Parts: sequence; structure tokens; C-alpha cells
Amino acid sequence: MTSEPQASGDPEQYPWRRPPRHHFPGIPAWGAPTATLREEKFDVSPIGNVTPEWAWGGSDGSGVKVAVLDSGVDGSHPMVKRLDRSVGVVPGDDDEFTVVDCEPTDAAGHGTACAGLISSIAPEAALTSVRVLTNGKHGTGAGLISGLRWAIDEGFDVINMSLSTGKPQFCLALHELADRAYFRRCVIVASAHNMPVRSYPWPFASVISVASHDEDDPAVYYYNPSPPVDFFARGMGVEVAWPGGAKIRSTGNSFAAPHITGICARILSKHPMLTPFQLKSVLYLAASNVFQPQGGEHASQ
Amino acid sequence: MPASNGPMSGSADGRTDVTERSLLQAIVEVARSVFGAAAASVFLLDEQTGELVFEAVAGEGEDDLVGIRFPSGTGLAGWVVMSGQALLVDDVARNPQFARDAAESTGYVPRSIMAAPLIRNGDCIGVLEVLDRGSRPRGDLSDVDLIGMLATEVALGLELVLRLRRLTGGQQPSTADAGGDEGMLRRIAARLPAATEPVASTVSRLLATADDLLAGESAASRGGSR
Repeated sequence: MTSEPQASGDPEQYPWRRPPRHHFPGIPAWGAPTATLREEKFDVSPIGNVTPEWAWGGSDGSGVKVAVLDSGVDGSHPMVKRLDRSVGVVPGDDDEFTVVDCEPTDAAGHGTACAGLISSIAPEAALTSVRVLTNGKHGTGAGLISGLRWAIDEGFDVINMSLSTGKPQFCLALHELADRAYFRRCVIVASAHNMPVRSYPWPFASVISVASHDEDDPAVYYYNPSPPVDFFARGMGVEVAWPGGAKIRSTGNSFAAPHITGICARILSKHPMLTPFQLKSVLYLAASNVFQPQGGEHASQ
Repeated sequence: MPASNGPMSGSADGRTDVTERSLLQAIVEVARSVFGAAAASVFLLDEQTGELVFEAVAGEGEDDLVGIRFPSGTGLAGWVVMSGQALLVDDVARNPQFARDAAESTGYVPRSIMAAPLIRNGDCIGVLEVLDRGSRPRGDLSDVDLIGMLATEVALGLELVLRLRRLTGGQQPSTADAGGDEGMLRRIAARLPAATEPVASTVSRLLATADDLLAGESAASRGGSR
């Protein structure tokens, strides 16, 4: 197969958006009588000889929807190319949060910094800001979970999470959401923690976790063979957006994750049928320490 | 403690306060020394207001910043509180808005800021910040790792102080009282260095008397045992 199929039609008809099989008493049982059942047709993004050029060469992220779960995004900042929508979580009764549309602003600037980096790699990716952080009072936790659930249900292709929560009571809910995202072909890219504390969701196997390397090339990223961190991307001395249309040089894993988010957007733009585990394999095969340009061979096992 | 509503807020036992304060002061002195920095400071988060409060400062601003509050939702400290990650920014003075904000809040405009969250039970309860590291052979990533470890140490130390306080039966004063007394003590601490010699001497004697009174009472309440 040489031609790449394009995802088409109603997104709700994608196999990964289909409602679960309904069986008595409401829980599906699994099995497929393939000897007698007619085989289901589905589009395929064939994985051939994976090179960075094959993976994302010539792609600008167009057609890919990216959610930035953070402090908001300043839509007027010159580093932010395409901000389609801004929503925020609002606390209601009983610790429940609702998601409502809001102005494209960001008092803190952290989300704008992340969005600017995604734009710098995938300028045509359609960004949506999901404000789950407002200040120290509501930091992480319930609001984060509400925002993440909303983003997964909205069908974003990639969700950037340069944040985490260390509260153990949210671990299970986050784990279930991360798995739900994975099965709906919604890729969560999360920054690994750079301090010796337990936090989530970055260590989950269903997300792509990113820490920093200290080189200056935004296209260079490394596969990490020892879990739980999946990849190392640029995170040191990165020029990022700062409130008021300015820029600043900053260091931290918060800025490594958006690099991989941008790369994922470019890959999915070219190869829209890739599932998260296929995408992670493509990232692995095209990583700077795995892919060897000469002869098209990969690094030794 | 200036963060009267913060997770580590005050105690009726003056000595535990001193322990907590000395712990924080020791940490910021170490941080400043290790990084060869112009200043190091610890902020704690006031849960009620969401403000960050300077609790200990070494170097630039050590005479007048303790007790100063500012909103936690902005600036690099805000990034750290929100992301829960250690971060570093390099060329802050080049940024006019930042420089103006910094000058207004602290009177000092740094070139670089490095900061890490203090995390206790999964919550960010404050920030450890280092201004203008000296040039050293270590790389930026190693510096960020190191401040992360120091911040972890601060949070663990504060946790131990809190447990000790519970074990020794230290009573939590009412919020209003704590804010009032602590506010007064902060004002005294801030004004004392500028007072004339006779006034300063009187104030010092009064403070020593107050210290003795409190020490005597807390010893009596524990039956003189430790």
C-alpha cells in the first residue's frame, strides 16, 4: 500500500468513537466469530519504513485538534497561531465543575507558553484552550479531571498536559480517563515530574510522558528505554511566550511536552488513522536515538 | 507565621514557630550558598486568599520582604504553583512588564529566577525561589533538579514540624488572633532596624520579656518535661 487513506466522514463513525457493544446486563462480552462473521472494513494508516520524513515531513498539523489543558491561552499572543476556542472549568456546587466558554486570556501565561510551542512546531493545528488552573486555590484535582473529561468527550486528537496532580484521591479517576482517551484515539501528552514526588497522569502507560533534554534543537527528541518516562524533548532554555506579547527563555519539563504534542499533531495530520499505540511506535521509530539516517536501518536492539 | 491561614499556620507554642522559621531560614541560606545566588526565598501559600507570602529570605530583600504578600496566579511563582513543576527563566530583566512587576513587589529586578513547588500531600503549599544564580559548571537542568530536591526537603521538614507540633499538643490559635499578633510582630521586625538606639533597646527588652513569659508558660503546661 502506498497511498495514505484520509479519515473522512462523521467523526462519530470512527471505530474508536463507537458506543460500547450493548449486552445484557449492560456490560459487553467480547469475542468475534471471524469464521462466519463478515470482516469489518476500516481505513488503515500503513506503517512502512518509518523515518522522520515519513512520519511528519511536510506536515503542518492541519486537520488536527489539540487541547491545551492549562491556565488558559492568550489568543492575541504572536506565538499562538491558531486558537479556535477557549473554555474554562467553573466551580459549582458540591465540588462539581462545569466547562463553559470563556475569553481567550491567560493571567498566568503558562498555558500560552505551551500553546506557543505547539504552534511553533505544528502551526496549522487547531488549538483549544481548556483552563483548568486559575490560582493556588483551585490548582489541581477536581477541575483538572472535569476539564480532561470534557476534552476527551469532545474528541480532541491530542491533549497537552504540562501539569499533574499529586493528590492520590484523583489517581483512579485520572487512570480511567487516561484509558478512555487511549481507546478513543485521543493522545494525552503529559510532562513528567522533574521533582521526586508522586503525581499523575504522566506515569500511566496509556499516556505519552515527556521529560527534558538539554539540547537546543526542537526536532530532536529521544526515546527513553527505562519507564515510566517515554521521551526526552527540548526543555532547556526554550524561548516561550510570556504575558503581554513578550517572550522569555525558560527551562522545565512543562515545555518539553508541547514539543512532542506538536510532533504528534504533525504525524496525525499525515497519518490520521494511527491509534495511540501506533503513534507511540512511530515516535519511537523516528526518535533521534533510534532512527539512523544511513541505510534506513534502525539502531541495534 | 505570616501565612496565617496557610497549612503551616501558627502555634501557641512560640518555640515551634522558631523551629519552623529557623528551618526555613537555614534552607534559604543553603540554597543561596549552593547556587552562589543573589537571593533565595521561601513563600507559603495562604489557602484562603491564594496569595503567596514571603516566609524566609536570604540575600537581597532579607531585611524587609518577610511577610510581604502577592497573588499566586501570576509570574514565575504562579507557573510553579500551577504546574507543580520546578522551572527556570533566564532573561527576565529583558522583559519590561516582568521587570516592572518585580520592582514593584520586591524592589529587586533579577536576571534569572529558578523556582520549585513545595508539595505536601499532593498539594502545592508554597514555592522555593532562587534569584540570579552565579555562573557555575553545572548545567541548567542539573540546577533545576537540585532546587527540586531542596524544595522536597523543605516540604518534608515542614511536614515534620507540623507532626511534632501535633504530638506536643501545640494548640492552633484562632485565625484572627494569629493574624493580629503575627502582623504586629512582623511590623515590629520590619521597623526595629530603623529605630533609634534607645527605642530599639527598649523594644528588644520588651520582646525578651515576652519571650521569657511564653517560654515559662509552655514549660509549665508540659509539667516542665520535654
